[in-house]
Amino acid sequence: MEKIAIVGVAQTTYERRKKDKTYHDLVYEVTVAALQDSGLTLADIDNVITVSNDFLDGRTISSMAVGEAAGAHNKNISTVEGDGTFGAFYGAMRVLGGFRSTLVVAHSKGSEGSSRFITNAMFDPIYQRPLGLDSLSSSALQANAYMAKFGIAEEDFAKVSVKNHGNAKNNPYAQLPMNITVDDVMRSKKIADPLKLLDCSPISDGAAAVIIGNEEIVEKSKTRPAWIKGIGHCSEEYFLGDRDLADPRALRNAAERAYAMAGISSPLEQINVAEVYDAFSYMEPLWLEGLGICKPGHGHKMIEQGITTMDGSLPVNPSGGVLSAHPILVAGLARIIEATLQLRGEAGARQVDGAGTALAHGINGPCGQSHCVWILGAEV
Amino acid sequence: MARRVAIVGTGQTDHCSHRPDVDGREMIHEAVIRALDDCELTIRDIDAIVIGNMDHFESINYVDTWSVEGSGGVMKPIMKITTGGTTGTSVAIAAYYHVASGLFDRVLAIGWEKNSESDTTAAIITCSDPIWDRFSYSGAIPSLATEAVGYMNRSGATQEDAARVAVRDRTHALNNPHAHLRKPITVQDVMDSPMLAYPIKLLDVCPRTDGACAVVFAAEGTAEKIAPKPAWIKSCAVRHSITWFGDFDFNAGLMSLQRAAKEAFDRAGIKNPVEDLDVAELYLPYSYAGLKWIEDLGFCGPGEAPEFVGEGNTDMGGKIPINPSGGVISTNCIGATALIRVAEAAIQVMGKGGKRQVPDVVNALATGFGGCFWSDVVVMSTQRPY
Amino acid sequence: MKDWLTDTEALTLKGQINLPYTWWVGDVGSRFLIALRDEKKILGNRCPSCNTVYVPPRRNCGRCFVDINEWLELSDEGVVSSYTIVRFSHELQPLEPPYAYAIIKLDGCDVGLVHVIKENLESLKNGARVKAVFKEDRTGKILDIDSFRLI
Repeated sequence: MEKIAIVGVAQTTYERRKKDKTYHDLVYEVTVAALQDSGLTLADIDNVITVSNDFLDGRTISSMAVGEAAGAHNKNISTVEGDGTFGAFYGAMRVLGGFRSTLVVAHSKGSEGSSRFITNAMFDPIYQRPLGLDSLSSSALQANAYMAKFGIAEEDFAKVSVKNHGNAKNNPYAQLPMNITVDDVMRSKKIADPLKLLDCSPISDGAAAVIIGNEEIVEKSKTRPAWIKGIGHCSEEYFLGDRDLADPRALRNAAERAYAMAGISSPLEQINVAEVYDAFSYMEPLWLEGLGICKPGHGHKMIEQGITTMDGSLPVNPSGGVLSAHPILVAGLARIIEATLQLRGEAGARQVDGAGTALAHGINGPCGQSHCVWILGAEV
Repeated sequence: MARRVAIVGTGQTDHCSHRPDVDGREMIHEAVIRALDDCELTIRDIDAIVIGNMDHFESINYVDTWSVEGSGGVMKPIMKITTGGTTGTSVAIAAYYHVASGLFDRVLAIGWEKNSESDTTAAIITCSDPIWDRFSYSGAIPSLATEAVGYMNRSGATQEDAARVAVRDRTHALNNPHAHLRKPITVQDVMDSPMLAYPIKLLDVCPRTDGACAVVFAAEGTAEKIAPKPAWIKSCAVRHSITWFGDFDFNAGLMSLQRAAKEAFDRAGIKNPVEDLDVAELYLPYSYAGLKWIEDLGFCGPGEAPEFVGEGNTDMGGKIPINPSGGVISTNCIGATALIRVAEAAIQVMGKGGKRQVPDVVNALATGFGGCFWSDVVVMSTQRPY
Repeated sequence: MKDWLTDTEALTLKGQINLPYTWWVGDVGSRFLIALRDEKKILGNRCPSCNTVYVPPRRNCGRCFVDINEWLELSDEGVVSSYTIVRFSHELQPLEPPYAYAIIKLDGCDVGLVHVIKENLESLKNGARVKAVFKEDRTGKILDIDSFRLI
């Protein structure tokens, strides 16, 4: 794969409600900021990929709201409706396919719609939607399956919330930095067993942008490039009952593709920092297993073994993760941005020292049906 | 270095007003099987899938994950691209980049829509800005009608001139077994049909269709092994920038088409479209577009389209046949429609057009239209791009 | 220049999208729902290539990508393979909480069916056996099965 890199990044702070900003405002803000970050001008941007979702925006052709705000006037443009990691994947393919640079920008405002209706709409209208399923109840089914398969306790998941909300205190963009204990999580309001309030990510508003460039653009940019070493995506079956919800085989497949491209044979040794999509506390250990960072059933031990904590050998979600800020679609792009900041040494209080190889991960569809894995490197 | 990419196979359902026998996934599956059969591949040969439709027409969120059983996406890389009416060409262009990037060798592009499952106009109205445009936007037809009035004022074109476009497309559809509307019409039929929004009458405009289309893209090195005459993608360009309907100049040409065409034609070495292109599958959702937009494409000068079309230059056998498939006026399953233009142009290049084949096709044009007067342009050829 | 921004009240506009939908169930789905409605029977079908028995029945196997033509009647009893007890209330729900969603492996079937369990939630656990309870008035919908009950 040719040498391409992330040369510019920007994100808004993530909040429960940004009542004075429209989608257009948010996208414009991060587009301008990403350009400033990279030192490039709009003329250096060959094409734009916007990332949006019609249900979230209450608008069919949701891309219509933001093309101009993303600087796409008289430029080539397309739109991915799915997590930001997939949008950035397409952006990377466009650079490999001939453009010098792609600006990828994602936005969402959870405050402007009903998450229950929006996520209920991802379920099959004939067989599942009438049951009233949504992302919370379906994820609870996955958590239950995972716990049952490996004998994991709710307290083990609670540790993830404690770690990540604690990490968020070092992240000025995060929505929910919190000092909490396992006890706080266990006593928080029950939503759908085994998920309690503090096991779940919040509803958030925000936007983020990245600029991907070829070597010529990397030369022009003023930032230290985060080289794109490996990328992969994959989906498993759709019907929840067709899947083994405790065995993320689509993630394993996506990770294998990314690792093969990046020359990663032992992820635990070779990756220095990881930002994974922890929409719920149980997802962090489950995805670590799918990523091959530990054996199946061992994900929940990684914190107590001191591996995935900030002072461990592979800190996971130094940013606070999705548990600390969950603007849908944006959250995956934020994982890529956090990984980039780590490699640049610009992650401030959440910096993992000497991070040379970083992993970013995003999910799409019910219970992580589809996954996208990114490996970024500080060295070319 | 970007790889060269060609289309090696296509498949479509037989488009019609309702498909009660299948749900969306199953309808997608039909088109996918036909595309695989067309190029004699199996789903195992496909490396990645790109799919699109317009969400609010079927109210399915995350269509790419919902459709895997029918699309062949189980344990494959999948991605959803959607940009309104231009979805089909945006999906095709995304499939092109999947392959051109070097990451995937054979990619399946899928476009589909089950327009019968909802109120199309009500759903389309939600594309407008809720604060500034929605109170006055009443669907695709009135905004297109406004464009038509602007064009008629400038060019002196008449309703009969536009009707001639609809007659052409509906006549061409008779040669296409997949087309939705397959009854011939006359200019008088169009003039007699009910007025919807002046000057657009019922027979000036596209139907609502249930249908799916699938197209297989392959990399140089593998394309030649799959198809005897692959349709090489010479160039593609897209302009989607307007956000609010009031920003569109209804008195000017279709700027997005002019700009996208200029970029695509320059890259493909198309200097004189009528001479250098052999066939065009244009996304013309209504008859007046068949006059105004061919001027934007440079087929003829401003105001000259009524004569150019009236003299038969765009009919089968003419200088530049337009829409041998019957076009959008004969079939409009929106998420698929622009991809069908790409598929039909590829069919022409590959020589698989049967009764609708234009002889000796070397270069073919496919366009997409939608959103806020946005345009996509794709040029393909029997010749490899440089 | 930007002072006016801090003094301006941020207005909001409320709206709701109301769109009607009529989804085609398709021949395969219709046969399944009609069997629920008219015969209180749960039908599945089997892939000729991998032998997976699916419920609800499918037109083609997603894994093998071949058509499925062999139909069979499934038991109305099965085993809970995962579940969650829902504690929050929302207008989309068919029931008042607390109630459970469960993935149920019906006897004779290889994949799970997602449905609801209303009663004896304190006894609900993975591995529990359950049986379908049909509604009196059935109209050809997945909720013609009212719920599953522990047996």
